[in-house]
Amino acid sequence: MLHVCVRRKQGDFLIDASFNSKGIGVTALFGSSGAGKTSIISMVAGLVRPDQGRIAVDGHELFDSQKRIDLPPEKRRVGYVFQDGRLFPHLSVRSNLCFGMRRINPSDRYVAFDQVVELLAVEQLLERRPAKLSGGEKQRVAIGRALLTSPAILLMDEPLASLDHARKAEVLPIIASLSSEFSIPLLYVSHSFDEILNLADRIVFVDSGRVAAAGSVEELIRRRDLQLATGLSKF
Amino acid sequence: MEVFTLTTVELEALRLSLWVSIWAVLWSLPLGILAAWILARLRFPGKNLLDGLIHLPLVLPPVVIGYLLLVFFGRRGVVGGWLYEVLGISLAFNWKGAAVAAGVMAFPLMVRAVRLSIEGVDQGLEAAARTLGCGALRVFFTVTLPLSVPGIITGVILAFARSLGEFGATITFVSNIQGKTQTLPLALYTLTQVPGGETGAMRLCIISIMIAMVAVLASELLAKRFAVPMRS
Repeated sequence: MLHVCVRRKQGDFLIDASFNSKGIGVTALFGSSGAGKTSIISMVAGLVRPDQGRIAVDGHELFDSQKRIDLPPEKRRVGYVFQDGRLFPHLSVRSNLCFGMRRINPSDRYVAFDQVVELLAVEQLLERRPAKLSGGEKQRVAIGRALLTSPAILLMDEPLASLDHARKAEVLPIIASLSSEFSIPLLYVSHSFDEILNLADRIVFVDSGRVAAAGSVEELIRRRDLQLATGLSKF
Repeated sequence: MEVFTLTTVELEALRLSLWVSIWAVLWSLPLGILAAWILARLRFPGKNLLDGLIHLPLVLPPVVIGYLLLVFFGRRGVVGGWLYEVLGISLAFNWKGAAVAAGVMAFPLMVRAVRLSIEGVDQGLEAAARTLGCGALRVFFTVTLPLSVPGIITGVILAFARSLGEFGATITFVSNIQGKTQTLPLALYTLTQVPGGETGAMRLCIISIMIAMVAVLASELLAKRFAVPMRS
């Protein structure tokens, strides 16, 4: 269960968003560029501080302005896959994968190294440096690195945005299988409706920093007002 | 070949110079990295002042730095007196004082090189390391510092070379005592002041050029060696 209720002023832009999502599965934060999606998941990760609000994952409070709780990112147990991968260039793929895993108590680990290596098909890449990887390979390693911290929730910020069509087709099925494979909730940011149709169980539609609508994919597709708001005929 | 044989005095000066420079780099390296990180990553009131203070040795006459060191770190100076009474360390007229003088003069070069390198480290990588369970200090040692290695190498070599060449601050702070504080440049200067010292001066001059060349080449090689795997 993910609970997000945040408010933050960034210059003239106000983010005032709240939504809940229950159980495992993929919750998509959907909206146009600049709608505030990345800011919202950065707040969940603890990289951006809300002015006020409350963020909780599975009943654990990560942030609560009233109770003055604000866990630093390293204590939040969230896995974060960035749009640009952000692999450590000075470390091999293997060391990148183990970077966060090493910080986790073995008894708290529920994701095994071999399992991740197999699922992401990175066996052949383990001794390479990130500079020698293709875009799709980089993102697969980045996903593995975040998973191996055995997180309570996996955050993904447009992990496919910088990939071409073929590479997208290579990574998308892997992402689609993650949630059930590891029984982990995913919060997935995207402005591409195709991706979301393929992945999401629930959609949180973000517009100008606010949650304009939230619900299951089937519910939101039928809503006429959202079709107009997004300008997407499919929607 | 006698022309190329170093006299005891010259050999002593060479050995002392290398010793002093190594120690100058050793003490200024951790402080230099700390200062560079503060300047690269933190924002606070008075930051420009700190920046200016660190750069002073680059723009002030070395004699002024030497004199200030004498005032503060001499045995009757504010800091020097305390060092002597509490820790029993004296910097006056010995190689330790020479290492302090050389380190202070080389400090801005060290900080500039390291700071540039730290500023070049993508803060997104540091944020990623935080989400992977590393506290701020661990992020520094596992991400920021290793990625700054090329700049640190440049800083170390520059500081070492600058320390080898230190003259003004050294002679003012710890004087020119043969075997104790007479480093290579001071010995060379002394040889130019006595009749018949020309050959000795030339020998030291050639050695200085050789050390400088080796330092620069080593820095280039090392920087290249480390720059390649760092590219993301």
